[in-house]
Amino acid sequence: MSGRAMWSEERASSLISNHQDQRGALLPMLHALQEEFGCIEDAAIRLLAKTLNLSRAEVHGVVSFYHDFRRTRAGRHVIKICRAEACQAMGAESLIEHAQRHLSTDLGTTTTDDAFTLEAVYCLGNCALSPAIMIDAQLHGRVDAARFNALVGVYGKDQ
Amino acid sequence: MRAQTIYIPKDAAAVSVGADDVAAAIATEAERRRLSVEIVRTGSRGLLWLEPLVEVSLPEGRVAYGPVSVADVPSLFDTGFLSAANHRLALGFTEEIPYLKNQERLTFARCGVIDPLSVDDYLAHGGMAGVKRARDMTPAEICAEVRESGLRGRGGAGFPTGIKWQTVLDADADQKFICCNADEGDSGTFADRMIMEGDPFALIEGMTIAAFAVGATQGYIYVRSEYPHAIATLREAIAIAERKGWLGDGLHGTDREFHLDVRVGAGAYICGEETSMLESLEGRRGQVRSKPPLPALEGLFGQPTVVNNVLSLTTVPVILAKGADFYRDLGVGRSRGTQPFQLAGNVKRGGLVEKAFGVTLHDLLYEFGGGTATGRPIRAVQTGGPLGAYVPPSLFDTPEDYEAFAAQDALVGHGGIVVFDDSVDMAKQARFALEFCALESCGKCTPCRIGSQRGVEVMDRIIAGDRRNENLALLNDLCELLTDGSLCAMGGLTPLPVQSALKHFPEDFGLARPTEKIAS
Ligand SMILES: Cc1cc2nc3c(=O)[nH]c(=O)nc-3n(C[C@H](O)[C@H](O)[C@H](O)COP(=O)(O)O)c2cc1C
Ligand code: SF4
Ligand code: FES
Repeated sequence: MSGRAMWSEERASSLISNHQDQRGALLPMLHALQEEFGCIEDAAIRLLAKTLNLSRAEVHGVVSFYHDFRRTRAGRHVIKICRAEACQAMGAESLIEHAQRHLSTDLGTTTTDDAFTLEAVYCLGNCALSPAIMIDAQLHGRVDAARFNALVGVYGKDQ
Repeated sequence: MRAQTIYIPKDAAAVSVGADDVAAAIATEAERRRLSVEIVRTGSRGLLWLEPLVEVSLPEGRVAYGPVSVADVPSLFDTGFLSAANHRLALGFTEEIPYLKNQERLTFARCGVIDPLSVDDYLAHGGMAGVKRARDMTPAEICAEVRESGLRGRGGAGFPTGIKWQTVLDADADQKFICCNADEGDSGTFADRMIMEGDPFALIEGMTIAAFAVGATQGYIYVRSEYPHAIATLREAIAIAERKGWLGDGLHGTDREFHLDVRVGAGAYICGEETSMLESLEGRRGQVRSKPPLPALEGLFGQPTVVNNVLSLTTVPVILAKGADFYRDLGVGRSRGTQPFQLAGNVKRGGLVEKAFGVTLHDLLYEFGGGTATGRPIRAVQTGGPLGAYVPPSLFDTPEDYEAFAAQDALVGHGGIVVFDDSVDMAKQARFALEFCALESCGKCTPCRIGSQRGVEVMDRIIAGDRRNENLALLNDLCELLTDGSLCAMGGLTPLPVQSALKHFPEDFGLARPTEKIAS
């Protein structure tokens, strides 16, 4: 899910042009850029501003408003741990503590080997099978410490 | 030999506990044993504690097994589960499982039953009956039918859907829009996700009926980015519907047009608020607009716009197909029809329960839910999402009814019910409600943006026992300010979880519990 490609103005322009005909196209464009390059770099903001005839401040304002968009690249896999109420009721807070210990990283940061970025999320729609986590686009339910370690083991293998 | 059909969900929740692996294992095992089986991937029946739920089709009906793990697969075959075996995981006929049998499924009638992307399945199970009827009605007649059904917005606010549509119909404009709110950000809710994954054509049909009713030519489904499975399913369903002539120019053999697109959110709870969702659809920061003007008059790109929740729109086809009276005859008071309730958190049998309004919290929690997953007593439930109240056991007899809940300062909301056992610390939950508000505030009004942050600090001092009475007074002031001074329900309702926790569980805030209020 989190792209890894190096910035290319040409590639970016082509991604943007896929959405050029849509009304209110900024979010679809940002999603496409982040999917490809892993984050929204300054160059992307400049390009979007130029294409959509907006100021760079306006584009930056949108990027910073939404939790999904990042300005720096994430690790190879993004682990989102739900910390909303239904997951709290089944021990999400202690799962988060375990995850931080196990990966030696804090929420919102990336492991030193660049394998995982750990993030908090507020509900994944899996509240009857809580605690829930999402690794890239894959949802996992009823996650306890042992299951967390096993999942991390599987994802950690691919480089 | 005819292949025997096996049904296994591909719903994200079912997959989250291994449904894909189980499906693969069953396919491999059948091949190894030279058995001819056809595996159909469905949505979820909503009996989520039994997922992955595997169903086998027999002449007398479907029989169920669950929860099935990969390790169970060889033994299922050994005991002959393809002809209804006496396996440890056998549950008998699916439709006879009390959790399902005791529901009143209208909106979710097909979910978990059909292949979500099969046109034939959809039609064979009553799909498109609603839109076919609507096609031959005038827009005013469709609006009247929906109004008479008593359908109120299932997204939380409970505003009558038919009246909203009539307002858009009456507005004069070159273009009108239908926007489906699929932002489903509330903790404890997953019904929108389930139906989008399990019966996407129903949503397309409902939006088409809405388009016919108001004369809209373009629709958007605004789905939160946390739902990649639902997004993929909807996109496929829309492509199929376009090929079938169910969308686009001249749809359903009419001279009308209706186009539909999926738009993906970007992780902002406030974008579930309808005007903030419209701002986001227009490509801006999702900041709340002040009303008036109503979106029904000046909505997306300034045009008249229907904004409805997924469940409201998905319920419209069955109302048109079966008639307004049929729907209105279910329910209590001014809460008509059925609501898909969602049992979540610390509950033994979590899942989706569609019942007519009037069912009590008690029955949902104990008869369906079976109490807590941990086996400890239920201490509190939060209903209506993160902005809803914490309800103590003494109020569990309250019937699910917008007005009855409001009378207890609680919300039905989107039908989410989050269960906590007696290990919960209600002061921490109150602190969390304020923290969530601070995190997700759109920033437009000061009480919500700054007040929530001050609220977190005040709660920290209360929890630490620092000048408790002074800080509790400050907390109450802040709550009053949020209630009175906020533009939208984000700031306006955050005091609800906070003050309900304080009212019903004062001992967690270091206060004495009034003697007359001992919980039952
Ligand atoms: C903070 C906030 C979040 C909301 N989130 C949602 C949501 O996720 N889904 C939804 O349908 N409505 C949500 N609503 C309600 C919508 O503003 C709106 O009332 C609803 O989508 C209208 O559709 P309905 O009449 O079919 O319920 C939210 C409201 C507020 C104030
Ligand atoms: S109450 Fe909060 S979320 Fe709502 S408009 Fe004001 S600042 Fe935005
Ligand atoms: S609260 Fe965690 S998935 Fe919904």
